[in-house]
Amino acid sequence: MDTIFPWIILLPLTGAIATFLVPRAWVIRTGMVTALLTSCMVFAAAYFLHQNGPVHYAVGSWAAPLGIRLYLDGLACVMLLLTAVSGIFISVYACEYFKDKTSGVLKREGIMFWPLWLFLWGAMNALYVSGDLFNMYVLLELLGLSAVGLVALAGTRTVLIAGMRYLIAAMLGSMSYLLGVAFLYAMHSALDTRMMGALIEPGMGAAIAFALMTIGLLLKTALFPLHFWLPPAHAGSSAPVSAILSALVVKGSFYLLLRLWFDVFHNVVTIPVGQFLGALGALAVLWGSIQAIRQQRLKMLVAYSTVAQLGYLFAVFPVTAGAPPTDGVLGQWVIESGKGTLYHALAHAFSKASIFLAAGIMVHALGTDQLSRMRGMAERLPLTTFAMALAGVSLMGLPPSGGFIGKWLMMHAVLGSGQWWWAVVIMTGSLLTAGYMFMMLRQAFQPCEDPSLFKPVPKTMEWAALILAFISIGIGIRAADVLDLLMIGSPFLIEPIAAVGGAL
Amino acid sequence: MTFNVLLPLLVVASSFVTGLLIFFLPEHKAHTRSALNMAGATLKLVLVLIMCWGVYRGEMYEFRFSIVLGFDFVLKVDLLSLLLVTLSSVLWFFTTIYAIGYLEGSPNRSRFFGFFSLCVTASVGVAMAGNLITFFIFYEFLTLSTYPLVVHRGTEESLQAGRKYLWYTMAGGAVLFVGVVWLHVLVGALDFQETGFLRAWPASLHGSFTVIFFLLIIGLGVKAALFPLHGWLPVAMVAPAPVSALLHAVAVVKAGAFGIVRVVYDVFGVEFASDLGLLTPLTIATSFTIVYGSVRALTQDDLKRRLAFSTVSQVSYIALGVSVLGLTSSIGGLVHLVHQGLMKITLFFCAGIYAESLSVKTVSGMKGIGRRMPITTAAFTIAAFGMIGVPPVAGFASKWHLGLGALESGQPWVIGILLTSTLLNAGYFLPILYAAWFQEQEKEWGHAHHAPCRYETPMLLLFPAVVTALLSLLTGMFAGAGWSPLALARAIALREYVP
Repeated sequence: MDTIFPWIILLPLTGAIATFLVPRAWVIRTGMVTALLTSCMVFAAAYFLHQNGPVHYAVGSWAAPLGIRLYLDGLACVMLLLTAVSGIFISVYACEYFKDKTSGVLKREGIMFWPLWLFLWGAMNALYVSGDLFNMYVLLELLGLSAVGLVALAGTRTVLIAGMRYLIAAMLGSMSYLLGVAFLYAMHSALDTRMMGALIEPGMGAAIAFALMTIGLLLKTALFPLHFWLPPAHAGSSAPVSAILSALVVKGSFYLLLRLWFDVFHNVVTIPVGQFLGALGALAVLWGSIQAIRQQRLKMLVAYSTVAQLGYLFAVFPVTAGAPPTDGVLGQWVIESGKGTLYHALAHAFSKASIFLAAGIMVHALGTDQLSRMRGMAERLPLTTFAMALAGVSLMGLPPSGGFIGKWLMMHAVLGSGQWWWAVVIMTGSLLTAGYMFMMLRQAFQPCEDPSLFKPVPKTMEWAALILAFISIGIGIRAADVLDLLMIGSPFLIEPIAAVGGAL
Repeated sequence: MTFNVLLPLLVVASSFVTGLLIFFLPEHKAHTRSALNMAGATLKLVLVLIMCWGVYRGEMYEFRFSIVLGFDFVLKVDLLSLLLVTLSSVLWFFTTIYAIGYLEGSPNRSRFFGFFSLCVTASVGVAMAGNLITFFIFYEFLTLSTYPLVVHRGTEESLQAGRKYLWYTMAGGAVLFVGVVWLHVLVGALDFQETGFLRAWPASLHGSFTVIFFLLIIGLGVKAALFPLHGWLPVAMVAPAPVSALLHAVAVVKAGAFGIVRVVYDVFGVEFASDLGLLTPLTIATSFTIVYGSVRALTQDDLKRRLAFSTVSQVSYIALGVSVLGLTSSIGGLVHLVHQGLMKITLFFCAGIYAESLSVKTVSGMKGIGRRMPITTAAFTIAAFGMIGVPPVAGFASKWHLGLGALESGQPWVIGILLTSTLLNAGYFLPILYAAWFQEQEKEWGHAHHAPCRYETPMLLLFPAVVTALLSLLTGMFAGAGWSPLALARAIALREYVP
């Protein structure tokens, strides 16, 4: 295990440099080989985790608090897998997407896409296994910068403005986070998450650090009302980039928030804080969905849908904050809600990636993403429409999709812990989701007026979108396996860590 | 896996796989498509007959697949599911024949028949679901697979109808979902059990149970078209005739009614529900729906719309029979599940034929149609008599048991409802029959939408209508026989009451 662990991070980073250096003709090949190898490494790591349980790895054999600790448990592994699986299909899609339609040569955008994307992949993988607060900051920054770079690729004026806003938001977010880390370091002289979790005590300093770090991460996760930067950035960039941003990047900062909440701040958070975050999430669900319904352009619709879907993830906090660590009954709902949130994140990632890729196909074929121009898509692009419909089923949370499992577990947790009002929000959100998904599909199913409007689309692109949609359904059917993997190392268990040295 | 585990899965798969294959079939391969359709329908029918035979010999059929802890996907065959499975597969067989004839030469048939098969998959899934969660899964699947059928024509009117249909059913699904999850949180596994499984839980939960009951009934009531949740049904009849036939007779409204039966009998238990005082509101709601639907039907001139309101009224008989405590009324309600299906599908088949062969879509346009299309009109007449409750057609047996049951349980006012409804049924069906048989033709018949044919209408349309009409006559005439739906309904009802 120790031999493959570093490669999860090093491979994509090496690949990023390589794709930057090789001649144009070799870019795609280098990129794809890197993507495949990285995924293989992640699968191998998942296999080892499954066999041997959670893994600690001290970088350069220096133990904490001096060195940096990497830690792989079920939660991190599922996120790594999510990135690997959707990363592969997005990469395959990107191979075709950035080719010039007539000559088949890789466009300039494509040349820059690969290094940035692999860099982002590496940063994200590192973030998931990182166990060090400052290290996390560095990775967040890397992640944000490469994401902004990807947004700016498209190069049009509106996108550059969107990218600039994104950059500022990302910077502010990281700064706020860093300030929080500084507070903690000043108080406890530690950066390792586990140590910090054991050392931290409720009080003013901890509360300020918590607030700063949380706000920073909320800004990056685009929780309502800090979502202003997301729709233009996600809708304006090229299709593979939109998919990467919506499916993966926002999940990165959310993951961090979840980790901090459970590992570091579990005895700092209070019930009102949990309710407050939940309320913001609820507003995000309602506001995002209503905005999505009002959009005229497909990519804007999908981007607002991301704002809404991210809101669901925050239902985990009110359930968690209300549960004292010793209470076994409530603890059960905490675990349930952790599972549900993560499942929702997974299902959303796969289905949203699929829909953004499908929207890219539509732009490729029609040259526009106006909803009114979707007429006849069901006839001319049946695979793409099918992908959208399947992904929509998962987003709506209808059985037997992954979204359904997520919704089921979340509903279970909120009803079980007696907080029924979140259930109302979740169900209203589902109905609104159905509203905009059917608005979209309804257009696609209208009779085709002029078949010549549709330009041919490479089949690989269509299949990439469709397979991702199938995965978002498939993880619902095989939920037991995913949840087993997720629970390795009990990531959602709130318990005071008695012996830090023992844990390390 | 043994055959007994596999069989329920095969019954579901027989139409699911057919549906998927048809999706990928090129549009112009009409013969292959028809062959596939008929093969799927026949296969399902055979499998279901094998299953009936097996259940008769005391075999148990159960398929179980664990999704998440405490959350299984279960297909299980008991007598109640047998009732709906048999009905669905028999009527699907005939509707498929009818649909092949009806849609000949129209566009997007691969899509239509694909979803058509998925719709029946959902329907048999609903029937065989072994717990509330599996039921919910198929219930939602039904919504998704019927929506494309409702909007199949793609006109503005049908899209509007589709939107309304979707809002009603999705909202209903959401309410149902809340009820299901809540119940799962409280009591864990939700496997259906004869006489229910909630009685054993402490009295402190009874308040929650009451709320959950209403959540479940509201969620199911949307599809069962209980007043005031029925708004989608009259609008959704813009769908092609075979879809309306399927929607009204086996698939959607039956899924709702069947769900109510399941919840009352196999989740709460009819006696426990009665102890909690939950049945009286249900009786009142269904009684009101029965009268309301009939009254609205009186004034509709559009034939399919009149039939739709008739469905609103008739489906509530099922829930009424369930909600009135007592063996006899239970039998009446359960058997109406089958009887209403047979009669209503005949009526919609005939309405489709009138529209297809003579472009007649309104009641006022039907004057003298009996002479022009005697066989179709005869089938229509049988079914209409059944709806009114004239012996010996099937509807009589249902109403008889319902009335008797109401007396037994000491709720004689229900008889008043039944009588009123019968008068109203007569009020909206007899004028049609009178106009069809005894009045003179007023204006020229419209043009036919199909090629000229030997009989009054193509055999593919006529044959299913005649067969279902005969079936509704036969099930009524031989209601006392050991193999009749009534006997099955009696066997089910006997198990639901704790001796």
